[in-house]
Amino acid sequence: MRRLLQRQEFWLALLLLVLGTGIGLANPAFWSLANLFDLCQSSTVMGLFALGVLVVLISGGIDVSFAAIGAFSMYVTSKVLLTLDLGDSATTAFLLAGAVGLSLGLFNGLFIALFRLPTLIVTLGSASLFRGFLLAFVGTTIVNNLPEGMIRFSKLTLWERALPDGTAVGLPFSFLLFVVAALLVGFVLRRTMLGRGIYAMGGNLVAAARAGFRIRRQQLFIYGLVGVLSGVAGLAHACMMRNANPFDLVGLELNVIAAVVLGGASITGGRGTVLGTVLGVLLIVTINNSLILLDIPSYWQKVVTGLVILASTGITAHTSGQRLRGVGLC
Amino acid sequence: MLTSHAKTLPAKPSRTTLAVLAESSLFRLLVVTLALLVLMGSLNGSRFLSYRNFASMCFQFPELGVFSLAIMVSLITGGIDLSIISIANLAGLAAGLVLAHSSANSTRILPAILLALVVSILCGLLNGWLIGYLRITPILATLGTMQLLMGIAFALTKGHAVAGYPDAFQTLGNGTLFHVPVPLVLFLLCALALQILLSRTTLGIRLCMMGTNPTAAVFAGLHVPRLQVKTYVLSALLAGIAGLIVIARTNSAKADYGTSYLLQAVLVAILAGVDPRGGFGTVWGILLAVLSLQFLSSGLNLLQFHEFAGPYINNFTKEFTWGALLLLVMALHRRIGRRR
Repeated sequence: MRRLLQRQEFWLALLLLVLGTGIGLANPAFWSLANLFDLCQSSTVMGLFALGVLVVLISGGIDVSFAAIGAFSMYVTSKVLLTLDLGDSATTAFLLAGAVGLSLGLFNGLFIALFRLPTLIVTLGSASLFRGFLLAFVGTTIVNNLPEGMIRFSKLTLWERALPDGTAVGLPFSFLLFVVAALLVGFVLRRTMLGRGIYAMGGNLVAAARAGFRIRRQQLFIYGLVGVLSGVAGLAHACMMRNANPFDLVGLELNVIAAVVLGGASITGGRGTVLGTVLGVLLIVTINNSLILLDIPSYWQKVVTGLVILASTGITAHTSGQRLRGVGLC
Repeated sequence: MLTSHAKTLPAKPSRTTLAVLAESSLFRLLVVTLALLVLMGSLNGSRFLSYRNFASMCFQFPELGVFSLAIMVSLITGGIDLSIISIANLAGLAAGLVLAHSSANSTRILPAILLALVVSILCGLLNGWLIGYLRITPILATLGTMQLLMGIAFALTKGHAVAGYPDAFQTLGNGTLFHVPVPLVLFLLCALALQILLSRTTLGIRLCMMGTNPTAAVFAGLHVPRLQVKTYVLSALLAGIAGLIVIARTNSAKADYGTSYLLQAVLVAILAGVDPRGGFGTVWGILLAVLSLQFLSSGLNLLQFHEFAGPYINNFTKEFTWGALLLLVMALHRRIGRRR
């Protein structure tokens, strides 16, 4: 029981429940099936991004270029599918977006691994590089006529239910992408040597290298993985919006990082779980969506996100400081 | 400052002076700046090398220069202040609310400026408290305050701009003093003050010590939390000054003005040879780096009129070039730095 109380996930789940009850009392529309499916849909894109960020944070780095990678992959994929004759299945689209994302992620990884540069500044630079390239040389107009396959994919549902008024609400198929990605990332982190190596290098880089973990290879994997997840997230976003807007997604970075940190990942590395990240994403999405349900003007949204980041990191820093002092490290 | 060129000069006698010079990041930067000047001059011809272009550049880069000084202060101590733009906008907005719709009334100018500076100091105290006493990592703390402060500015104005200031106030951004643009004078004053503070005072030496090795700084008896508060107050104060220049130049204050300045300020600091892991950075580097970035930016602007390159040049080309330059310069610094 005491162990349970010490886990951030427990408090997050509790907070989510309390928040849900509170908002539900203020506006019963919160617990409607339509709104819950809406929350799932909104958390898909953010969740895919967040899983990538989680892995980077555990390894002791940070990546702020994932949104630019997402926008790049989604826009380039849509353009390529419209000009080349590759068939119009959604699978091709996702594979292509994943591949574009992978190459951009590996670009980050190469810079970080080869030159051993600070990750924040490398990804700050590459974010501007990717976005600048996309908008200056690929295009700035919104693609409205997405390939048929992507449209069909966006209409797929996992589970559908008719409402009394005749309309139907459904859980979008893309939510499955988030679930599968979460399970995969969780498996890699917990059950493979690679995952343990990522935790190790975040805890202490020198010790991890001495223990025989191949740091550079791991870094390539980490930033490549962020790239793939971002590419898939970008395409999922395009399917959801039924258009590819090159100006979308960028600006989401801080919310995603906030969600992951809220989920208990430490920005100095070595700590973080998939479950915590998923809960963190759900919490941020719920807060953002519910400000509207609660009639709070949208310009307060930034104030609320800022306060949430500060409160959650403050509490994490405070409790971890106490724990360290307990063992005599601080 | 603590290390670099001055001390590496009397190196092994076998190496040529040129090789030694190439190791100084300041010298490399000087070469980059001159190369950009020559490149842009030759690509754009008389349009770039004209008096008018240089005059307009002198009004443009001081804002970015002051922002870069602000971010350098936090980088030197091993932290980073991502909230400078939000602080500048909030401080500018505070002054703007006092000044707005009083075009003839210039008695409010001084109180408005003081208010802006007080607001920025308060923001800095908040950052410093979060980082020094609550022990939140600088990236996260300033990420949070960046959102929070911008949100407050949004909530205050509902997203509208606050415009219309007395003419006397607008000289801060648009006027000249003996033919020198006032913003440039302000930037140079800030740079000079910071240079003196960093190199001639105990506080400056302590900030560098803290950035070089925080653990050693604790054992040397430095009160790290208090130093961190001073760091972030200093960087916020500089941001506040930049905010005043911005609102005076544009004659309006907005909650989300100039968000791209953050990346540019980091870029300038890295170009200037400031070590992002803390401990080193010079004001001279910032001066050169901000100049080189301005050459690049103005040069690209003028290239829009070039017959071949023109169609490919827009704001996004600049964004692309900044990113590429940041990565390139860092990789270069690292390669040359490692050979030592």
